[in-house]
Parts: sequence; C-alpha cells; structure tokens
Amino acid sequence: MADNRTYAHPYIPNTVPEVRDAMLKEIGLTSIDQLHDAIPDNLKLDREMNLPPAMNEYELRRHIEGLLAKNKHGADYLNFLGAGCWQHFIPAVCDEINQRSEFVTAYAGEPYEDHGRFQALFEYQSLVAELVDMDVVNVPTFDWAQAASTAIRMAGRITGRKTALLPRSVDPDKAAIIHNYCTPVMEIEYVEIDTVTGKMDLSDLQSKLGDHVAAVYFENPGYLGIIEDQGAEISKLAHDAGAISIVGVDPISLGVLEPPARYGADIICGDLQPLGMHMNYGGGQAGFIATRDEEKYVMEYPSRLFGIVPTEAQGEYGFGDVAYERTSFALREKGKESVGTQTALWGITAGVYLSLLGPGGMQEVGATIIEKSHYAAKLLADIPGVSLRFEGAFFKEFVVDFNDTGLTVAQINRRLMDEGIFGGKDLSAGYPQWGQCALYCVTEIHTQADLERLASALRAIAAYQPRS
Amino acid sequence: MKRIQRDHKVRQFHQAKWDEPVIFELHRPGERGVIPPRTESAIAEAVGSAQDHIPASMRRNAAPALPEIGQAKVLRHYLRLSQETLGSDLNVEIGQGTCTMKYIPRINEMLIRNPRLTELHPLQDVDSVQGMLEIYHNLDLAMREISGMNAFSFQPSSGTQALLAMASIVRAYHDSRGEGEQRDEIITTIFSHPSQAATAAVKGYKIITLHPDEDGFPDLEKLKNAVSERTAGFVVANPEDTGIYNHRIREFTDVVHAAGGICYYDQANANGLLGITRAKEAGFDMCFFNLHKTFAAPHMCGGPATGALGVTEELKPFLPGPLVELAADGRYVLTEQGGNSIGKVRSFHGVAQTVLRAYAWIMSLGAEGLKDVAQVAVLNNNYLYHKILQIRGASAPYIKGRRLEQVRYSWKQLTDETGVTTEDITRRMCDFGLHYWTSHHPYIVPQPFTLEPTESYSKEDLDEYIQALEHISNEAYTQPEIVKTAPHNSTVHRNIESSLDDPKQWCITWRAYLKKSQPEPAGQK
Repeated sequence: MADNRTYAHPYIPNTVPEVRDAMLKEIGLTSIDQLHDAIPDNLKLDREMNLPPAMNEYELRRHIEGLLAKNKHGADYLNFLGAGCWQHFIPAVCDEINQRSEFVTAYAGEPYEDHGRFQALFEYQSLVAELVDMDVVNVPTFDWAQAASTAIRMAGRITGRKTALLPRSVDPDKAAIIHNYCTPVMEIEYVEIDTVTGKMDLSDLQSKLGDHVAAVYFENPGYLGIIEDQGAEISKLAHDAGAISIVGVDPISLGVLEPPARYGADIICGDLQPLGMHMNYGGGQAGFIATRDEEKYVMEYPSRLFGIVPTEAQGEYGFGDVAYERTSFALREKGKESVGTQTALWGITAGVYLSLLGPGGMQEVGATIIEKSHYAAKLLADIPGVSLRFEGAFFKEFVVDFNDTGLTVAQINRRLMDEGIFGGKDLSAGYPQWGQCALYCVTEIHTQADLERLASALRAIAAYQPRS
Repeated sequence: MKRIQRDHKVRQFHQAKWDEPVIFELHRPGERGVIPPRTESAIAEAVGSAQDHIPASMRRNAAPALPEIGQAKVLRHYLRLSQETLGSDLNVEIGQGTCTMKYIPRINEMLIRNPRLTELHPLQDVDSVQGMLEIYHNLDLAMREISGMNAFSFQPSSGTQALLAMASIVRAYHDSRGEGEQRDEIITTIFSHPSQAATAAVKGYKIITLHPDEDGFPDLEKLKNAVSERTAGFVVANPEDTGIYNHRIREFTDVVHAAGGICYYDQANANGLLGITRAKEAGFDMCFFNLHKTFAAPHMCGGPATGALGVTEELKPFLPGPLVELAADGRYVLTEQGGNSIGKVRSFHGVAQTVLRAYAWIMSLGAEGLKDVAQVAVLNNNYLYHKILQIRGASAPYIKGRRLEQVRYSWKQLTDETGVTTEDITRRMCDFGLHYWTSHHPYIVPQPFTLEPTESYSKEDLDEYIQALEHISNEAYTQPEIVKTAPHNSTVHRNIESSLDDPKQWCITWRAYLKKSQPEPAGQK
C-alpha cells in the first residue's frame, strides 16, 4: 500500500492510513508487507504489475462509454439475427426486478435471510412447469446447451446406456458443448434430417436405435426454426427401444405450440433468454430442465431444486433444497455431475416475465411471432433469386436460400449493414452442403414497416448483381 | 438538547416480513400484466392466423395455466420478495467465506445497462462490435499480467464451468499425446471446493483426495505417493478454504510435472494475492479467476457469472473458442481454435456484462489499487482472526501463523460446552441482519464456519460482525435456547424440512404442491 496516500480508495475504506496502522498494531505487526510473510520471496512478484493507471469514476465512465460507442447495436439497427440468442420485447418490470440491489448482490444466503430469493426461484420453477406441463423444473443451468448436456447424462444414468442420438439440425456450437460435456461418459450419434422438410428422418432414426441408446434428443422449434411435428412418433420409437425422449424447446413458443410432455417427452430443456433477458452479447442465456415428478428423474438432477415446505408457524410458507444430498455440494465427486454458480437471476427474471404475460400474453406473443415471421418469409421468398430452404412449418426462424442471387451471404450482410440492418446468420460454414443460406429470425418486435424495409433492401441488393 | 444514547454494537434488526402469497394465489381471471406487441392488420390479412401455420398435432389448444395478474401487483410481489432477500449490499457480508463477497461498484452496474451492450447480438459482424471486443481483449491483457498466463477465455460462466473446462483441457492434452487412456487420475485436496473433484469426475477421472498434514497444509509426502504414470492432473486452491497458503506449492507442481501431469489452479481465493504472487511462478499450467468474486462482479443469486480461464502458451490451442485477438490492422477479431480445442463450454462469448464489470473494476484500481485490495483483505482477515480467537468457544484449527484472505474456524468447544451448533448460529445471525455460512462438506473441521472479510469492509463493519458473534457466544453459555430456537426476527420461522428428502412429499413446483398437499379436514383447525 502506498505510504504517501492521503485519502482512501472509495472501494477500500481501510486504506485510511490511521486505521490501517491501528489494525496492524492490534495484530502485532509493524508493516503491511508482513501480512504476506507466508509466501516465499521466490514466488512473490518483485515489481508492480504493468496495468493502466487507476481511473476515478468520471474518467472510467468516459472511458467505457467511449469504448461502447464503437458498437452498433440492435436498438439502432434492425436485427434479424437469432440462432440461439433472440431479440424479444422485454417488459420494463423485468428490468426493474433484475436490477434490484437485493437480488443482484445476493448469493448463498440461508432460507431465513433469503426467503425472497428462495420463493422467487420456486415460483420460477412453478411458472415454467405450467408452460411445459411438467411437475419438476430445476434452478437454471448455464444455458440451453448445458441443459441438453445434463439431460443426456441424466438419461445415461437412468438407462445405464451410453449413446445419445441428435438430429443433424442441432446448432453446431451447441453440439460442440454437448460433445465436450458428455465426453467420455456418453457418445453422440447423429440422425439425418429430411432434405426437403428439415424434420428428422424417421427411417434413419429407426436404423440407429437399439439397446445401446439412452436418449433421443430433438428440438421444437429446432435451430433452423422448423416445427417438428413427428414428436409423438419419435418419442414412441425411443420408448420402444427403451430410450428416453428429450425435447429442447424455445419457451416463448409454448403459448401456441403443444408442450413436449404431451407428445412423449420425458425430459424437456431449453433456454430462458427469450423470457425477459436482453441479448447482452450472449450473456443472457440460461437453461432449464423439466421432468415428471418421479424419484428416478429427480434424483438424477445435478442442479438445485427448491421445494415448498411448512414452517413451525401455521400458515407460513418456507422454501428449501430438495434432496440436497444428491448434489456435488454434498458428495463432491460422488454427487450427480457438478453444481455451483449457474444463472439464478435470469430464472427470477423469467418468472417475472411469465407472471406479466400470463396465459393470454403467452398465446398472443407466440401467435404474433408466427404471423410476423411468416409475413417476412413471404416477402423474402417473393424476391427474385431468394427462396426458402425448407418446406413446412416454422416458428420464428427460417432458412433463406441466396444461392440464386450470385452473392454470398457475407456480401449480402455487409450491404445490409450499410442499410442499418443486421442480416441473418450465415450458415455457409456450418452447413456447406447448402451453399449460401442464412438463418433469419423475426419476432414480435419487428413491425410491418421493419419487415418491408428488410425486403426492400434485399430486393435492391439481389437485383444489383447479375444472377447466375 | 439531551443527546440520545444509542448502542450499535449488536444491531436491532427485523427482516422484512410480508407473508407474501405464492404468485399463483394472486391470480384474478381477466387481469393482465403486460400486452406484448401485436400483429398489424395487414400482416394478419396477408398470412392468416398463426394457428393456420401450426401443424394440427402441434397446436396447443388450451393456454398454459399461468396466473393472470395486473402489472402493479406483479411489481409489488417481486419487490416484496426482493425485500425479503439479504443481498450483500444490505449487510456486512463477511460470513460467506470462499465466495469473496465485496462491494459492487454502482458505476459498473450502470455501465452494463447501456444499450450498446444489452442490445448487442453475439453473432454480429466483428466490425460492429469493436468496442466490446476491445474490452474483452483489454481484460485478457490485464488477466495475463495478474496471473502470468498467456491467454484467457471468458467463455466459462462460473468457477465450476472453468474447472470443467480445465479438466476437459487436461483430457484433450493427454489425448493429443496418446496418453489419454493411461492417465485416468486427477489429484485434489479435501479442502478444495467440491466442484474441483466433481468436474474432474464429470470428465471421467478417478479422483484421489489428499488430506492435510497436522498444520493444515496439503501433504507433500502423500502427493509423492499418489503421483504415477496414471496421473493426468493436479487441481488445488492456494490458499485453500482454510486461508492457509501452501508455501511449498512449487514443490507440489514440480512433483506433478515430473510425473507427466498438468497442474491447474483454482484461484477462487485469489483476492489476497493480487499483485503479490502469481500462478505462473508457482508452476501452474492453467488457472481461473471468478470475475464474480475477486473482480467485483455481483453474484446475482447464483449467476450468471464468469470463470476467466487462463493457460500457458503450450495449452492455448486447447482453449475453447473463439478467442478475441488484436489483428495486425488494428481490428479486433474472433479467432476460431484449431483441432485440439475442447470446442466450447458455453454458448457464444460467455457473460459479456461480467467481463465489462471486471474490466471496469481493474481500471478503477490500477496496479497499486489491486495490491491495496490484497493487502487490506489480508489485513482485515487477520484482524478478524485475532478478534475471533478471543471469543469464548471459538478456535481455528491448524497452524497458528497468519492466514491469507479467510479462515475456517471451529465452534467445537462451544458445541461441547453448550450444545449450540454452528447451524444454530447460522439461524441466530439472521436475527442481527447478518449472513453466516458454515462451510463446505465434509466437516473436516468440526462445527465449522468460514469467514472472508475482503477489502470492502471497514474496521467498524468488522467490529459489528465480531460483536454479533460474541453476543451469540454469550447467549450460548447463558441462555442457549434462544440460539437453538432461532431465528426470531426473520421473515419466516424454521422450516419443517422432513418433506424435502421424501419423494412422496417433496414439492418442487406449485402444481406438485397442489397435488400432494391435502386441505385440513373441516373442524380440525
């Protein structure tokens, strides 16, 4: 600590020299350096770290706001990127609650001082349970990919089998996370998708099922936006082979789409980000897992599960950890997978979102998304050289085929950005067999004028180049 | 005027108590909390109704049974729940040892709510996110300097996920050398966080756990006996959760390296080491920092967070991708990792808000300020340690020398003499508006409690906490029932927990509760 300091750092009250010296004296030391005597000199850094000089709050604000000013963002630009992170309407009350100091700075408090946190998370579980029509939901995982990974490992433990089947249409990045998390305990095999509809190829599924398969995982709507309407058949095929049916789902679709529990899903997972989280450059993701209330499923969750209990006072609700002894907190390497900090605040926020929307709001937002995305798809498909890659039903995302424009998606997106538009995700690297395709995302936030602006910009861009 | 005398030694506190219903009980048919954006009539005319676009088998015919609640009522409900939550902004949060609860600068919270961050999509073209990428890169540079490592990934979303990523890198590294099958053991210590052992087990490793020697250090002789050609890695915190710094750490890493293993460092307890000592000099190949602990990002009820993962040059190809790098033309770019990469551990680029917060915090402190953090955290800890050992019934097992940023204490004597346990004290501390946590399992230290005062607390704050513990110790010796029956000033009374472990009774959602709970028969109230 600098001896010539005349004021305390605002974040560190005991840098006041008189206080520091009094405390040192109290513990029998004469120098601040003696505090680190336990560290041998050869391990000590013998110089000051090479870091920029400290900024005061005003300087910091100018500096960071200056950096952020270099970003172009979805509030100014018209954004059609989705692919795992989506721009939705966020009610102001969601922001108000997730910015509350009590929730922002809470962590691992006990049921008696953090009763509100426990209740809010129990309510989040309960609200998502209604959406997915299941009786058990966990405290959120890191993201959808983590939820899917854990669901697969849960299925592996329940069945004693080691293989999970995934459709080829799963997001390659999500598949990479699943692959890493499941290695070396589970093996991942792919099921082909129908090239016309994008739905799962049932005959390929059938050929890959067997008594080694723990789970069949599919999504609704899928990464490519497609509504998989063969859920009941897929679940039946899985069950007939003794495997567990896992369905990944975008929860904002569930006001209008059938919950997977009703077409055979044993485990449901997905991402909470659409339910009240800003995009945050991908920092708003949070996963959920849901199952039936059966011991064999509940005991395989690695996550915390908050339950409601009576207290010693009649009429009071209390909340506590259900089956805590299954977790790694209690059993270390013998617990189920591992648990630690996850994404609890986004769970609370998702609960606020669902409370605000209610049943009518969830139906309306789902319907609005479908209507607007179909309108956008229609406008785009009318542009010469532009078409939709897949036939069939989709929710908010759809694959647009630009091969006949003679332009690459990268070229198109650069021109769109000049027009103040973020075009869809370029799929050419992840799915080279499709050539120049992009995944467009349209949600309730897009107005008719926005969609027409996109179509008009794309029409001009497509017309600009001679088509092959 | 006569001066009003007030005694602040043990705070008079009563937690907010609203008897708040569960949100489903607020349901009133027809009420609305918000109206989402609607479809314009021209769109509806052009495409028809949404139902027309959903295959019949996939239509949800009845709306989900969510409650219908007006907006003000939803707001009031959640504000009441927030008031029934004792976040670290509201109390002297030194009782959550191993978690580094510190002041959360408000300017950082303001900065992360800027739409130029909140409205960024993670797949935007790199040219449109240069400011954000610069922040990632600058934080990477600072982390390299603080640790001595050569590259950082900010993808892991917690310490546990960073530990998992490190265990994954250990596996990928040995696989790349053809030793993946042979090296199937990871060595850790009993005072490490449970996630160290658990994440290594997720990656299929057999776990070997070292117990401490009589002074509380990881036992070097036991390590020498444990390493072999089967050793894949060694994961340890230093200091461990006891606050004891292992001064022979370089010998430990040398022993593991000689056996061909990778050494990875759990730096969740790094707060007392900033600018003092680094992972590199101690011989580690990898380390992580919790940005939500040491670097003053908030804990947010348990996330989202960040476990910043640093590696040496040799292990850089194994990091999850993409990484942010500064290109020769001055642009920031995202570079995909090669075939040795473990791929990804979290979607996109991790939690960008936390990256920004940590960067802002470092910029607020500079090198000198970071060293102040370490020194004052250790000063505060040793002051607390000195005072707590004077409380009747308290002790701190193992060496009597100084500890780093925290100490694992024991109430064994108090429990033996009064019957009051550390769990009882947890509940009683709530009555004074203070959080107190026992410790991770297993309770190697009997009747444990772990305190970590960090640099954020003033001497008066520490004295308040100490005096509350003194007060409770006195109660234990004079009127133990008041401690055993605590809490008395909480939002709620003690839970009847028997149902939490019983599959027939546990209720993890409201709908399960409605199914499993039976109304009391009439006339029995």
